[in-house]
Amino acid sequence: MARTRFVGDAGLTARMTTVMFLLGAVFVALIVVLMLIFPARYAPFIAVIGLGIAWWQWYSSDSIAMKAMRAREVTPQQAPELHAMIDRLCALADMPKPRVGVADTDLPNAFATGRSPKRSVVVVTTGILHRLDAEELEGVLAHELSHVAHRDVLVMTVASSAGIIAGMLARGSQYGAIFGGGRDRRGNNNGLPVWLVVLVVSLVVYAVSFLLLRLLSRYRELSADRAGAQLTMKPQALASALQKITGEINRIPQRDLRAAQSMNAFFIAPAIGGVSLRTLTSTHPSLEQRLEQLARIEAELGRPNV
Amino acid sequence: MGFWDVVTGRSKPKQAKLDALFAVPGAAVTLQAALGLVPTGDGAVCYRAAAGAGFAGTQQEILDLLKASDGAPRVTTSQDSFGFTWLEVDHDPIDPANPDLTGLCTDLHAVNTTLELHGYGPGLLCSLIPFTGADGRKVGLVYLYKQGTFYPFAPTGDDQRDNLLEISVRDAAAGELPLEKDLSRWLALWGAPGL
Repeated sequence: MARTRFVGDAGLTARMTTVMFLLGAVFVALIVVLMLIFPARYAPFIAVIGLGIAWWQWYSSDSIAMKAMRAREVTPQQAPELHAMIDRLCALADMPKPRVGVADTDLPNAFATGRSPKRSVVVVTTGILHRLDAEELEGVLAHELSHVAHRDVLVMTVASSAGIIAGMLARGSQYGAIFGGGRDRRGNNNGLPVWLVVLVVSLVVYAVSFLLLRLLSRYRELSADRAGAQLTMKPQALASALQKITGEINRIPQRDLRAAQSMNAFFIAPAIGGVSLRTLTSTHPSLEQRLEQLARIEAELGRPNV
Repeated sequence: MGFWDVVTGRSKPKQAKLDALFAVPGAAVTLQAALGLVPTGDGAVCYRAAAGAGFAGTQQEILDLLKASDGAPRVTTSQDSFGFTWLEVDHDPIDPANPDLTGLCTDLHAVNTTLELHGYGPGLLCSLIPFTGADGRKVGLVYLYKQGTFYPFAPTGDDQRDNLLEISVRDAAAGELPLEKDLSRWLALWGAPGL
């Protein structure tokens, strides 16, 4: 029996599924509250508009992101190396080849977007092309291709629809406060104006779904890291690319420990404990978390045969 | 990927399909009859070497296994500029009057199964079996492990390929081999060993 070296992460899957379930619950709760507050014929109308906006964001995600980053699509003739690298990765992963774009900015970055694996685009900046060597660039491309394979644009758009609707309502209820304050007093026995209830509910929904979305985003990043490293079979390459581009490289000291004896106390990496505002609202996991996961994958890939 | 894999963000590494390689000896006879292409007797497997001791041990096991077989081929490994490893199996030149590729295919299959046995099957990219024509033209039969299909690759110089020859190889071998229908998957392998 052939063994597998590509172990899943059950804990990550369980956490991600919980978050998605909670996001779904938030969405349902929002719709239920809307139906209680508004006459039944308005609530579906609002939901449909919100979903329409989410759908449009997803449908045109590739062209919007390309324009926002001022990226241009490149042909195999213009960027043969980049295309050949993606060709091989796609053959290895058995997925359709996405379009390839380059953005002329010195910021080292890469992203993948598009509504489906067949209609997606992977964009790298010139900054990342200059900074990374071939192996590291391949690691980054494998990470982006994993986003495409996991349909992360679709998942994140669906997940954000509750937040979009809540944002619309919050905006709308502000107009309601200005223009409709006197008329909309039907159906509330305790005397609170409808627009205030709507405003509070939508703000709460927006805040909760914002935090959940960021959490989900961090889990999707970890999943893409995992799939990318397993595709290239070189977790180390992605790790060194991440260290180069996240700009946090100085956190890991390069100096020899013995040479720094007298300074020892200052070299202990700060223990990051608890939950800070930064860890709650960032879209990407911390470098430490990502490197830790890559180290685990490397250990599994390199375990000697018995 | 199924719905659940998408939701949980888990893409399972694609396993390689190995069995189609044994159709090559039959196709070689057809190619010789139809187009005068004779196999050179060499072959190569292209795969991604994983980091760590496990893979080094596996690769050594493959080399030992191939060297122990009768009529042992010369086996060399080399790294290409894309970070993939080519394991070249070098048999004596094939007698055009009596071409038999079974030994070569058995060797290539041994490489694949050993890699798969130790869990490195998803790292297999392609296999290459080169042919030459009497007029000196070279064409390689490339096997894509993940699709389980073959396609021809005929380089004629730096970054130039002989598409007409490739198409005629495809048409000649169509009855014998599963051939890649999507032409965009016929990726070039510039500088591949044996071509």
